[in-house]
Amino acid sequence: MAAATTSPIKIGSIGEPVLLRNVGKPEALTVAGYRQRGGYKALEQALALDPAKITETVKASGLRGRGGAGFPTGMKWSFIPKEAKQKYLVVNADESEPGTFKDRVLMEHDPHQLIEGSAICCRAVGASMCYIYIRGEYVEAAGILDAAIADAYAQGVLGSDVLGSGFKLDMVVHRGAGAYICGEETGLLESLEGKRGQPRVKPPFPAVVGAFGMPTVINNVETLCCVPHIVERGPEWFKAIGPDEKNTGPKLYAVSGHVEKPGTYEVPIGITFQELLDLCGGVWKGRKLKAFIPGGASAPVLLESDRHIKLDFDTLAKAGTMLGSAAVMVMDETASMLQVAKRSAKFFNHESCGQCTPCREGTNWMEVLLTHASHGEATEDEVDLVPKVAKQIGGNSLCALGDAAMMGVGPIVEKFRAEILAEMHAAAAHGPVHGPAAHATVGDPLLPVLQGV
Amino acid sequence: MSAPAERAVAELPTLPPEAKAELDRLRKLYPTERALLLPALHLAQKHWDGWLPEEAILAVAAELGLPPAEVYGVVTFYDLYHERPVGRHRIRVCTNVPCMLRGSAELMTALAETLGVEEGEVTPDGRCSFVHFECLGACEQAPMMMVDDTYHGDLDAAKVKQIVGGLE
Ligand SMILES: Cc1cc2nc3c(=O)[nH]c(=O)nc-3n(C[C@H](O)[C@H](O)[C@H](O)COP(=O)(O)O)c2cc1C
Ligand code: SF4
Ligand code: FES
Repeated sequence: MAAATTSPIKIGSIGEPVLLRNVGKPEALTVAGYRQRGGYKALEQALALDPAKITETVKASGLRGRGGAGFPTGMKWSFIPKEAKQKYLVVNADESEPGTFKDRVLMEHDPHQLIEGSAICCRAVGASMCYIYIRGEYVEAAGILDAAIADAYAQGVLGSDVLGSGFKLDMVVHRGAGAYICGEETGLLESLEGKRGQPRVKPPFPAVVGAFGMPTVINNVETLCCVPHIVERGPEWFKAIGPDEKNTGPKLYAVSGHVEKPGTYEVPIGITFQELLDLCGGVWKGRKLKAFIPGGASAPVLLESDRHIKLDFDTLAKAGTMLGSAAVMVMDETASMLQVAKRSAKFFNHESCGQCTPCREGTNWMEVLLTHASHGEATEDEVDLVPKVAKQIGGNSLCALGDAAMMGVGPIVEKFRAEILAEMHAAAAHGPVHGPAAHATVGDPLLPVLQGV
Repeated sequence: MSAPAERAVAELPTLPPEAKAELDRLRKLYPTERALLLPALHLAQKHWDGWLPEEAILAVAAELGLPPAEVYGVVTFYDLYHERPVGRHRIRVCTNVPCMLRGSAELMTALAETLGVEEGEVTPDGRCSFVHFECLGACEQAPMMMVDDTYHGDLDAAKVKQIVGGLE
């Protein structure tokens, strides 16, 4: 058995948590302990069902993917062609969207919940092999998963005869090596196959041509962790949680930034931002709220005046932003939105895989322009160029990283234009307000273009 | 004495036996050899003191039957593979937005001060090197950093100096 995680426990919930119920219960790291806490009943139930019925149940629950796009999970499983000889489940445990850490908590504290959900998915679609693609930095979580998988083999939960049902299932943890783009599902598949993680053109979709050319389901860790509970308690239970038919179930929100108690919060999907903020003890140091980003660095920023918005897929989409990975980043009145915009631009520039010119060049220009602005060396027109560049990336690139770069940077500059210009003019007059500490790498703005990076 | 051609073959770098054994275990779980490239590079980097000299690249390429250029292409794509020597202890400071909002710049300054080197350099005794990094997925502990394989969270300059002081 692997040692329990050394991470400090920082969680909260409204009512008894479901997904987080084993956090801080190290006995759940073994098959025996997990069973004692009610685990692996859902897998037993699922093995007794017709596989198509499992998919129907997940469909009926209204579960939508927790990885970012919110695609209906049951529908995704139903796309897998029945007749294919070899099919795969690939678990997306890359979790590299800035602000997101919920999947790490799930894996470190409750590896068997993920193994159980994954096994049920494999049974439903007829996959005999499951790869858990985990970001390379999660060494501790990978070790905990490795140990849990070894125990699951030893106890007959995995292997040639899953729980005596005759169903065969192998599972292995595959470590990434530090690249945000490997969270994008086809970049992930390339990486799994031992290549650079450069996204593929879709179609064909992974459900038809996925890992090693075979039909593949790719699901997020949290998505799969919901599955055992849906099987056990029924789709009606899941559907009863949340504001409407299309936004259902318990949801993990990873709250970070300027709040008193950052952490992973399990609450009904569709909680308002203000309610979530209250659960986190409010803005830190008694300060005032300035802005928040509801779904990771890829989601357009919202303002203080949006504080009563419901944090669900459709309400946020209507407001021009997105739930994404439900990473809620909070900024207080002292935060510099120029620094936030610049840091996010730097992130997208660093993580662009470089295949598409608008994404590769555009993310670089956004970083260069915002770095100049923070040194007080840009003109107002150059600041206004940032959202324009952003719009030329989005929709003109192969994968959704391009759209993310547009949404994550452009709206900050548009919505906080006056503040950004004021900081720029102050920097021009008195030197950069935030000093060189932001670790910008900038030289001649033409250099990156000339170097083609 | 062996013929020169034979000697050249015999001298090709190879992976250590533990790495080969682990790859043999994994081989049964993947339909292609190429899929073992990331695991093989992780194992090689562990063996070659935390980075991938040419020798390591050639050993991995030989093990998996891949052209070295393909292996280089992959190595340069990923942030966790290093093409240059690194410190015995590798420190990665998260400076993405949530950590930035809670003071990651202070950690970077503290590291430069206490180690006496700039970001990306190795201390003269080979003990440490530090770099800034993208979000490490532990923002509830912001600001945070990773030392080798371990996360350290809820940091300030004093804690950083204490942690670094405790490294061999
Ligand atoms: C740039 C980029 C990064 C992504 N990173 C992740 C990630 O780290 N984890 C994840 O689950 N999904 C990530 N996604 C979404 C995946 O492409 C995919 O939609 C998801 O894994 C599907 O699983 P779900 O339906 O269970 O959400 C990312 C997408 C993009 C465009
Ligand atoms: S949009 Fe960006 S990250 Fe996505 S494939 Fe194109 S260059 Fe790569
Ligand atoms: S921003 Fe530092 S760990 Fe996420």
